[in-house]
Amino acid sequence: MSDVLAVAEHRRGDLRPISHELITAGRELADATGGELHVAVISGDVEAFADSLNREGVDAIHTITDGEEFNHDLTVESLDALWSALDASYLVAPNSVNGLDYVPAIAQRLDLPLVTDAIGLSLEDGLEVTRERYGSKVETTVAVADDAGAVVSVRDGEWPPAEGVGDATVESFDPGVDESAIHSTVTGFQEVGAGDVDISEADFVVSIGRGIEEEENLELIERLVDATGATLAASRPVVDNEWLPKNRQVGQSGKTVTPDIYIAIGISGAVQHVAGMKGAETIVAINTDPDAPIFDIADYGIVGDLFEVVPALIEEFGGETA
Amino acid sequence: MQILVTVKEVGQLGDEVVIEDGEIAESALEYDLNEWDEYALESAVQLSEAYDDVEVVTATIGPERSDETIRMALAKGADRAVRIWDDALTADGAGDETPADGLLDTRVRVELLSAIVEREEPDLVLSGVQSADAAFASTGVALAEEIDDAWAAVVNDLEVDPDAGTASVHRELEGGIEELTDVPLPAVLTIQTGINEPRYASLRGIRQAQSKELTVLDLDDLGIGTDAVTGALETTALYEPETTSDATIWEGDAESTAGELAAFLRDSGVIEG
Ligand SMILES: Cc1cc2nc3c(=O)[nH]c(=O)nc-3n(C[C@H](O)[C@H](O)[C@H](O)COP(=O)(O)OP(=O)(O)OC[C@H]3O[C@@H](n4cnc5c(N)ncnc54)[C@H](O)[C@@H]3O)c2cc1C
Repeated sequence: MSDVLAVAEHRRGDLRPISHELITAGRELADATGGELHVAVISGDVEAFADSLNREGVDAIHTITDGEEFNHDLTVESLDALWSALDASYLVAPNSVNGLDYVPAIAQRLDLPLVTDAIGLSLEDGLEVTRERYGSKVETTVAVADDAGAVVSVRDGEWPPAEGVGDATVESFDPGVDESAIHSTVTGFQEVGAGDVDISEADFVVSIGRGIEEEENLELIERLVDATGATLAASRPVVDNEWLPKNRQVGQSGKTVTPDIYIAIGISGAVQHVAGMKGAETIVAINTDPDAPIFDIADYGIVGDLFEVVPALIEEFGGETA
Repeated sequence: MQILVTVKEVGQLGDEVVIEDGEIAESALEYDLNEWDEYALESAVQLSEAYDDVEVVTATIGPERSDETIRMALAKGADRAVRIWDDALTADGAGDETPADGLLDTRVRVELLSAIVEREEPDLVLSGVQSADAAFASTGVALAEEIDDAWAAVVNDLEVDPDAGTASVHRELEGGIEELTDVPLPAVLTIQTGINEPRYASLRGIRQAQSKELTVLDLDDLGIGTDAVTGALETTALYEPETTSDATIWEGDAESTAGELAAFLRDSGVIEG
């Protein structure tokens, strides 16, 4: 029997949805080990968070009152202390940006094997984690050597959120963190990506990815946008290259869009991109690669070269044909 | 000031995925510098241009094949390079170029890289947020914990004040929000794409790179035993995910597929006029 510790995440006063998904994933593991599911929540309004985290399947919630927002040093020190006080074998945490900032460190601190970005878990003769490689084109299962215990970070949206009301014990935990262990200082937050257009409001989005190859080729997509009245958006590499401003970026670190129609052109469909557009009513993909992951979520697709398909499409709408 | 940049050569998949014996066939991969490391390298080189007496050293875990990629990093402005490889790090234990599963275990990569840190004593370590192939996104932060450095992950803006011994960074969070954070040096930062504009290697740079120092070290050189690189992870299966696609694919040449899409768009009512 071994217990599972799940670590909740919040930002600016709200629990992030992954927190409730982690309860489901953690419960799955705890059921397999026959152990208990513990949840840790650190900083902010821990009382209110604990209320919301008290869902079916949670045995105990540990609140750590210190600071308002995430700080990785505080998180690592607190989890280290809590881990010593518990009898857990598995730590499950979000594969979020803040997860990337503390999960590898706590795994290293506890000298446990780490598997990140899990999309599936199974525990039979030992823990086996399903995850992706090569931008979702290949899936693997990774086995953790028997009885080693492990730290696993979990991709968001892969487990349903835990529901119902649980009867977990809620206890405040004092990790006794020494000031000198806190090295980094968060000095503030900044919103980026403001500007003239708000792509998240658009009904019809044409989005362009690395398949466009060169900045000068963008003009082709602009003509399509002119001819159809669509709103222009892009995947990250196009914005990284500064071919389009940040407010056009769709995805995890950009905007979330929910148009009636989203046409993804030369976009592979990496998970961080999909995070920002999977809520579109209808998704159309144009891509030369029939195995591109974007086709998994598309409703309609064209397997073809954008440099042939897009000009033909512009012509259909009587646009300028270069 | 010394800056250590972790540089990984990654295989990139083309349109054709070929899997042989539970591994991706060599023929299906094209090797290149990891996209995220390219930005980390550029950040380091820009710092070396902005301040006097900055040495940029690259650190790589990888087989001999990686030397080509490392030379490119040297051509783009790194001063010298260190590469770690050993038969014990290969899948067959006898020197083929496929990395052993042991390297999947972050603790193993950290063991190797921290030995380099011990030798070089850098003030700043820059690594990519993740590698494009395995995408564990864990090396930099785990390394920081091991060597007792401060750190910050997913950095998309960086200012270093060598005199004050601090780095002021932006961490790119989800949803267009950035966290502003100060970290004291020595520190490890994991660098996000888009932080800068990576340069192309100049012809002169490529010529100069040939004579820059590239040191190859094995486990013996680092004083690391083979036990320390065994790791606790094993890849038990590797496959193309079953397609969950129920997309309607319009078939035909560009004219006819574009025609289908145009008709669909007109029917849907999103087209104005
Ligand atoms: C922390 C983090 C946050 C991230 N946030 C975001 C984010 O907010 N938004 C985002 O988009 N990404 C984000 N990414 C990056 C993401 O992982 C991918 O790297 C990125 O989405 C890939 O963009 P792409 O699909 O345009 O490029 P690629 O993956 O390179 O795909 C290009 C596609 O174009 C196709 N193609 C090539 N030529 C043609 C042609 N002539 N005609 C038709 N098709 C063609 C190819 O087959 C391929 O499928 C993030 C990554 C990390 C680690």
